Amino acid sequence: MSQKNRLSGGLIDRSQSLSFTFDGRKYTGHPGDTLASALLANGVRLMGRSFKYHRPRGPLCAGSEEPNALVELRDDARQEPNTRATTAELFDGLSANSQNRWPSLAFDALGINDKFSSFLSAGFYYKTFMWPAAFWEKLYEPMIRRAAGLGSLSMEADPDAYDRGSLYADLLIIGAGPAGLAAALTAGRAGARVILADEDFHMGGRLNAETFPLDDAPAQDWIAATLAELKSLPNVRLMTRTTVLGAFDHGVYGALERVADHLPQPKAHQPRQILWRIQTKRALLCAGATERSIGFENNDRPGIMLAGALRAYANRWAATPAQRVAIFTNNDDGHRGAVDLIAKGVQVTAVIDPRPDAPRIADCELLAGAQVINTQGRLGLSFAELRLSDGSMRIMECGAIGVSGGWNPNVHLTCHQGAKPVWNDEIAAFVPAANTPPGLSIAGAAAGVLSTHGALRTGAEAAAQALEDLGMCASPAPTPTAEDAPIRLSPFWYVAEGKGRAWLDQQNDVTVKDVKLAHQEGFRSVEHLKRYTTLGMATDQGKTANMGGLAVMAEMTGKSIPETGPTMFRPPYTPVAMAAWAGRSRDADFRPTRRSPSHDWAAEQGAVFVEVGQWLRAQWFPQPGEDHWRASVDREVLAVRAGVGVCDVTTLGKIDVQGADAATFLNRIYCNGFAKLAVGKTRYGLMLREDGMAMDDGTAARLAEDHFVVTTTTANAVAVFRHMEFARQCLWPELDVQLISTTEAWAQYAVAGPNSRALLERIVDEGVDISNEAFPFMACGEITICGGLRARLFRISFSGELAYEIAVPTRYGDALMRRLMELGQDLGVTPYGTEALGVLRIEKGHAAGNELNGQTTAANLGLGRMVSSKKDSIGAVLSRREGLSLPDDKRLIGLKPVDAANPLLAGSHLFDQGTEAVAANDQGWVTSVAYSPHMGSSIALAFLKRGDARLGEVIRVVNPLGGSDIEAEIVSPHFIDPEGDRLRA
Amino acid sequence: MLIPHPLLGPRDSAEFTYLGDASLIARPDGMSDGADEAFYDYLYLRDNPAGIHRELWFHEQGDRSWLVVTRNTLTHEILGAELARDVAMAQRNTPEAKA
Amino acid sequence: MPDLTLAPRSALGGTEPRIDQIGGITLTERPDIALASLAARRGKAPALDKAIAPLLGAALPDISASSGAGDIRAFWTGPDQWILRAPYGSHEDLAAQVKSAVGNAGSVTEQSDAWAGFSLMGDDLTGVLELLARVDPASLRDGTALRSQIHHIGCFLICESALSELLIFGPRSSAASLHHALISAIRSAESLRPAPSQS
Repeated sequence: MSQKNRLSGGLIDRSQSLSFTFDGRKYTGHPGDTLASALLANGVRLMGRSFKYHRPRGPLCAGSEEPNALVELRDDARQEPNTRATTAELFDGLSANSQNRWPSLAFDALGINDKFSSFLSAGFYYKTFMWPAAFWEKLYEPMIRRAAGLGSLSMEADPDAYDRGSLYADLLIIGAGPAGLAAALTAGRAGARVILADEDFHMGGRLNAETFPLDDAPAQDWIAATLAELKSLPNVRLMTRTTVLGAFDHGVYGALERVADHLPQPKAHQPRQILWRIQTKRALLCAGATERSIGFENNDRPGIMLAGALRAYANRWAATPAQRVAIFTNNDDGHRGAVDLIAKGVQVTAVIDPRPDAPRIADCELLAGAQVINTQGRLGLSFAELRLSDGSMRIMECGAIGVSGGWNPNVHLTCHQGAKPVWNDEIAAFVPAANTPPGLSIAGAAAGVLSTHGALRTGAEAAAQALEDLGMCASPAPTPTAEDAPIRLSPFWYVAEGKGRAWLDQQNDVTVKDVKLAHQEGFRSVEHLKRYTTLGMATDQGKTANMGGLAVMAEMTGKSIPETGPTMFRPPYTPVAMAAWAGRSRDADFRPTRRSPSHDWAAEQGAVFVEVGQWLRAQWFPQPGEDHWRASVDREVLAVRAGVGVCDVTTLGKIDVQGADAATFLNRIYCNGFAKLAVGKTRYGLMLREDGMAMDDGTAARLAEDHFVVTTTTANAVAVFRHMEFARQCLWPELDVQLISTTEAWAQYAVAGPNSRALLERIVDEGVDISNEAFPFMACGEITICGGLRARLFRISFSGELAYEIAVPTRYGDALMRRLMELGQDLGVTPYGTEALGVLRIEKGHAAGNELNGQTTAANLGLGRMVSSKKDSIGAVLSRREGLSLPDDKRLIGLKPVDAANPLLAGSHLFDQGTEAVAANDQGWVTSVAYSPHMGSSIALAFLKRGDARLGEVIRVVNPLGGSDIEAEIVSPHFIDPEGDRLRA
Repeated sequence: MLIPHPLLGPRDSAEFTYLGDASLIARPDGMSDGADEAFYDYLYLRDNPAGIHRELWFHEQGDRSWLVVTRNTLTHEILGAELARDVAMAQRNTPEAKA
Repeated sequence: MPDLTLAPRSALGGTEPRIDQIGGITLTERPDIALASLAARRGKAPALDKAIAPLLGAALPDISASSGAGDIRAFWTGPDQWILRAPYGSHEDLAAQVKSAVGNAGSVTEQSDAWAGFSLMGDDLTGVLELLARVDPASLRDGTALRSQIHHIGCFLICESALSELLIFGPRSSAASLHHALISAIRSAESLRPAPSQS
């Protein structure tokens, strides 16, 4: 198809042609076009279907406020729904499809909704889909989901990369129209660090859409000269295709830069978009204004658009939706649009202005005191029905109407911290309030200054003032002479004549009638109006719609518009893809991965890994022939109990505690005593929270009088360090104690089992005595191994066996693991993973995360006597309160099934035999279970009321979710070696 | 949000971990008479002001300082930030604490 | 007795440090730096300064700064806290050396293997830095030392030479994730660099 509605001039490059498709049909356009401008130039007005009634729609706007012309852009994995055709830059090979229609845009089966519109009015969902409740999930929801939602997703992973980044500035200027450019010149020349961001790909703002000269030359000359100067300044950063989407606390702004959205696909390694966090000392909002429409019957046919958009398409893009157009305006600016259109050779049939005293500005018919009362046309506008000032009616043939109800300053960012805009009678619009975010000032149309001269002047002055606030010397840049006409308008919101199917919000299909219905049904507050009718929701957030809705509601309630009040504006200003928020934090990079020193070695062994927080830990090491994880885990457990096993325990938190008062400090951190721990000894410690609940447990090894190494559980390493720093800095700043994490500095392996000493004796250097006499249970020390390598040895046991933990500088961890495996072959050395570690500790009755879940006390854990009453320690006082020491309090016990074939399930609850399994009879619950190869059955740890007094009893273990109800004997939690002989061997 | 770190200047709040009311610094003596009542007050009875609030922030992704930040909970305006250690030492040195 | 000597691995798991060259930027793994943390004992900061001077050849650095005249250099990490660094080959026992110098005036902890070190070098690292960390490139001076997050990983950034050489230390266990983050940012920044203008 030829570009039959292409005009002369414009900011497009006619030397190049770009071919593209829309709904499979081929068209051509030029660099500089948007998808919408190219389609209009090709004679296409119909670009989408409305959300609810599936009415045919074309573009209403020429910018990011567009409610109608939403398309699915690109194909396959890059297909993106709800993309505004009015901002999508044309590129060669672009492919777009209309959405929310079936089978085609021209014939949409759900267009039937429009015929039933009387049933689909405001609140339709709430009223209709109420009952029967059972229908909701199976019928209503799937039906609504199919019918709604506009565009569709490709269901494929996004192949592109997105970045997040940080920028810093003295002055962030938001919007590069006349105000923003004058501001940037002022601040740039003064040497300030300036960021000038504009959502458009061509800076100039409204200057690009109009034809007013600057200094008697085309405005583009001034824009080009200004941009050239700004580009030459190293202190100025020009950011096109960048939307500032939110004003956050303390001068932090969010901005989305569309780096490669205008390309078929990003170049190699190029991010498609970058979400910037901009920290700036001052910001200047030069975001311009958005035109608003007028409600009249059937004002949503393709071809009817905002007058400013019609003007922008003609001037900037040399495109028009039709060759015969009319203007319907309540202000002088609409008339000036007609002047431009006539100059471009477009036939303006009339300017229709409801003001009886409308001025004659354009060289065409003027219908003062007239209104458009209805329109005709099937898939686009053909005729307008007019009511003239004398009361007569007239039918006018036209393919487009440019409608202007005035301009709304883009105050959005000024409201992001809770400020409410204030009403300005002169322009009949909301303007920014005084209590805008600190550091943010406003210039140009965004401040309600609607002339070009005013924009230039206020931009330059506001920038100079902002710099002066910062103590910098700046004078406003001289501005070119420019038009300075007042907008002159009489508020006119909707045409009273007609049935009320006059569209206010085209994206959500909200009409004047719907707002009246909301009023009638009592939804009168603007926030209720919004939710009841959906006015102002979805991708455009009602930028062109909200004011009309407010005005109708104000009229119904008899209040003024400011009394009715705007709804709250929240970030983001325009929609931001989830991928941009995520940046690089997606898929495997969602969060950092931590690898232990033996990771590569374990991977070579075919280990199965498990995520423990950010850590990847070996869960078990399958051997050939083991077709079930239990086979591997049972083997590893038995190997530890019979020979020797090695497990990477580097992930446990390690905190170096030094200082003259280190022992005093630990004495206050742990509920049990540490003051008298001898150098060269390790002690188990239990930390309580101040409310008396158990927080974490671990060991503290005293390497010197003034030096301890504390271990924490893997999960709590960060929280415990934070807690200890709190105690050090805030509770006892007078103590001489210093903390630093050493978790990562040392590769630490548990070497456990009766042969562990024999294995370690093969690596310790000559003269290092680790015999039971020289290095007894709970000993610790700094030694050397493997020919002089510094190491730390701790004789501690989680498994209940003779066991050690040995640590070397992390870079040697891989080699140490290999060396232990090589040297221990004849001793039966076996690597074991976290699963076997868990079985071993359950067999031994050691508490872990399942038991230390933040709801248990030392007494619950059977460690009540550890809490010293002879000293002050965190949590000690409240651990003794009445409610935590009730006679039927829970105690940690062991369970073994009466019938060894029955498995115990974690999460089961305990009931006395003969009682009903209901909450009132609950006696406790199972925290940890394992299959114990040692016991030959499933075993469990559980909390049971008065558990310690009930050993030997049989109790019911019920798990309704698992469908299990079995009997188990209450036993000591120490299934293995309760006397601890193995530990001390 | 930016926290005006007394040593490092404005730092992004994402680097910090929040704890709560700065009155947590004034921990009672666990060995004193009536310690249980004092701890009950200390741990559970807090003000929740709509306005000026002194609160504890930990510069976890920074210099590991605990700060006492004075913030208006209605506007997020930050009126000041001090090293919690200095605040704690000053509280200990008041005549009341010495008595 | 057989030779049981253990061979070290770099944080990325190699026997040699990894080097990546992307456009004009070089990223080098740095296992050749020994690290030891130093904290002043309570009330002993002046004594510590005096005790460390012979080793450091300078006073301990002020907030966010570095100091040092010879092999051993120091950077600030927190109030009364620093990290000292030196060539690993000659100072594997850096912590012991420092401890013997400072005695009871300071607490010293070996940190060499707590961190994975990377050198980032190029003509202008501004673009990379913008995508990596919440750090104002204009605030960096030679020797500036900061702690911040790189893609959720807490790291030290030490400015060897402002905007042309950065030393980054991240937790050793996250070395692979950190390396991936650095490479992604370098590639991205290089792709965003404006093409040299044709004249």
